[in-house]
Amino acid sequence: MFDAPKPITPLVQVRGLKMYFPIYTGLLRRHTGDVKAVDGVSFDIMPGETLGLVGESGCGKSTVGRALLRLYEITGGNVVINGTDVATLGPEALRKARPQMQMVFQDPQASLNPRMTLADIIGEPLEEHTDWDSARKLARVYELMDAVGLNRRFANRFPHEFSGGQRQRIGIARALPLNPRFIVCDEPIAALDVSIQAQVVNLLEDLQDKLGLTYLFISHDLSMVRHIADRVAVMYLGRIAELSPRDALYARPLHPYAEALLSAVPEPDPTLARARQRIILQGDVPSPANPPKGCNFCTRCPKAFDLCRQIKPELAEVEPGRFVACHLFSDTAAFSDTRAAGSTGASEAKEHNQQGVTQ
Amino acid sequence: MADGAAPVLDVRGLKTVFRTRGGEVHAVNSVSFHLNPGELLGVVGESGSGKSVTMMSLIGLLPSPPADVRAGTVMLDGRDLLKMSADDLRDVRGAKVGFVFQDPMTSLNPVFTVGNQIMEPLIRHMGLTKREAQIRAAELLALVGIPDAAARLKSYPHQFSGGMRQRVMIAIALACDPDVLIADEPTTALDVTIQAQILELVKDLRQKLGMAIVWITHDLGVIAGIADRVMVMYGGQVVEQAPVKELFANPQHPYTRALLKTIPSLTGEREARLQVIEGQPPIMVGEPTACPFRARCAHAFARCEVENPERRAIDGRPVGQGHDVACHWSAEVAHV
Repeated sequence: MFDAPKPITPLVQVRGLKMYFPIYTGLLRRHTGDVKAVDGVSFDIMPGETLGLVGESGCGKSTVGRALLRLYEITGGNVVINGTDVATLGPEALRKARPQMQMVFQDPQASLNPRMTLADIIGEPLEEHTDWDSARKLARVYELMDAVGLNRRFANRFPHEFSGGQRQRIGIARALPLNPRFIVCDEPIAALDVSIQAQVVNLLEDLQDKLGLTYLFISHDLSMVRHIADRVAVMYLGRIAELSPRDALYARPLHPYAEALLSAVPEPDPTLARARQRIILQGDVPSPANPPKGCNFCTRCPKAFDLCRQIKPELAEVEPGRFVACHLFSDTAAFSDTRAAGSTGASEAKEHNQQGVTQ
Repeated sequence: MADGAAPVLDVRGLKTVFRTRGGEVHAVNSVSFHLNPGELLGVVGESGSGKSVTMMSLIGLLPSPPADVRAGTVMLDGRDLLKMSADDLRDVRGAKVGFVFQDPMTSLNPVFTVGNQIMEPLIRHMGLTKREAQIRAAELLALVGIPDAAARLKSYPHQFSGGMRQRVMIAIALACDPDVLIADEPTTALDVTIQAQILELVKDLRQKLGMAIVWITHDLGVIAGIADRVMVMYGGQVVEQAPVKELFANPQHPYTRALLKTIPSLTGEREARLQVIEGQPPIMVGEPTACPFRARCAHAFARCEVENPERRAIDGRPVGQGHDVACHWSAEVAHV
């Protein structure tokens, strides 16, 4: 479904990615079920592009990021990065493939080794993947410290001596020594103060321009994603609900979940905030161990109708470049009819919510 | 809201100092504010700006040492909370002032049922019997929108989702019908769709119960949606205070202006580059003798280095009533 002729081949191609975490229960620890954290996710990322991946906590967005870099043994699907299918690589081949794909973690406090100096942390990938002498390594470390705006004098200090924003700069510098092409940024600004977030986002954008990086930018901050991403994928309960170019998504979200999510973001303008009609979703996200039958959003969807509770909608291109997994859009001819049906389904959906709340 | 009525809470010149090995940290420095009946006061600031410490100082929730509430008066219901004994203060907390914390998982006790925890203040402060408390607790849970409330009283906190737990926290805070509700980043740990639910709930409860609320947050978007008046804090001080529409339309302090510019908009023009506030928030060691924002301020000049600016009204109304700002630049250079 992504086979439209394109002049450039995607750097990252993900097809039917599945990541299940087994549940073992009882005395015999029998395998009784799976938490379907990621359940059939497909997307492409073009070279030099930033794909935003948004969704609420527990929707599987971080798991996608980690699975892409083979930090988990994935349950199914293909992940082709720069021509190699990293999902099936053996251990040694995987180690050799690692330099081209790196990660920036959410919490720089937890992801930096407190006993290593800054120079050791940033230089560690070189230790592992090159046979450079120490002078050459140090030169590279200095170069990267300059690039992320850390003073060279700090090279022998430890992570605890830095503020949150500076630590995130270290986390970014550490991802760069081996000239990666693809970086997964997993909530890189979530732990930072508002005034520091902008500094880090600007740095990521500068580095992208300078080094031609490709990002998967995972975040729950929809306004920041609007700023940094070229295209945005909205995830819900392990699946992509909508994947659209940024401007199209924010101007007119198609999937009811994307619409509700965007309308829930507080707008920093008192007049606008009070005038706006919000869609308040009822209830909570169902458990990924026991997702609802049919569309996984049908228990909270204000537009759900009968078909939604029976058949799982597939992600399909409904407008050029816009992919939506929703029965409202599954057949363009029937589109207007289903819309009408959708409005009557609202009251039923509410009853379902109540069940979703209790365990 | 009700302008002119006597404030429910009146804080003047509050000073809190932490004694540390690195010296005295002036976490709260001469903070004054009041809360009118039925009003929602938003308190905005970055981590370390002193917003939580201010609220915890005034109801005696800070451990001492290291904290030392050094000066000021906190008038609630005609009495000064800072002069009260620990026992008297305990009667005020829960009964007169309700508190909702950021993380509902760590602020609920995991080994007691939710019902138990809602009934505790009812029995302690209102003198209800266990039976009466149980009925009231079920009413409260229903009030905050938890379905099947009577049965859910027997559940433990871990059996609730994050949003539901925060609803439980609100039910506990509201149990004794407090005059003042202090909510410390109550939606920060929640997802946006759940946050929207809680914000709706609070709007609804305000209409039903009419209590005054102090809402601490770092999210200007949340403030824009619910607050009547906003107080911006930086480096342990109030740097600007104004009615919500006035603050967003006509911010005066360079920090407020910069803060409003750093957040990317969801609907407006998309900027090619985000505005940044360079540098780090200050650590307030020692008696402040200069403007805490000077190092990061684009407009700082000689006077900012030597004199900590006082709050000054810019619309002719007394400080605290209308729009006021603590800034030399805005006083001397920018015209009003």
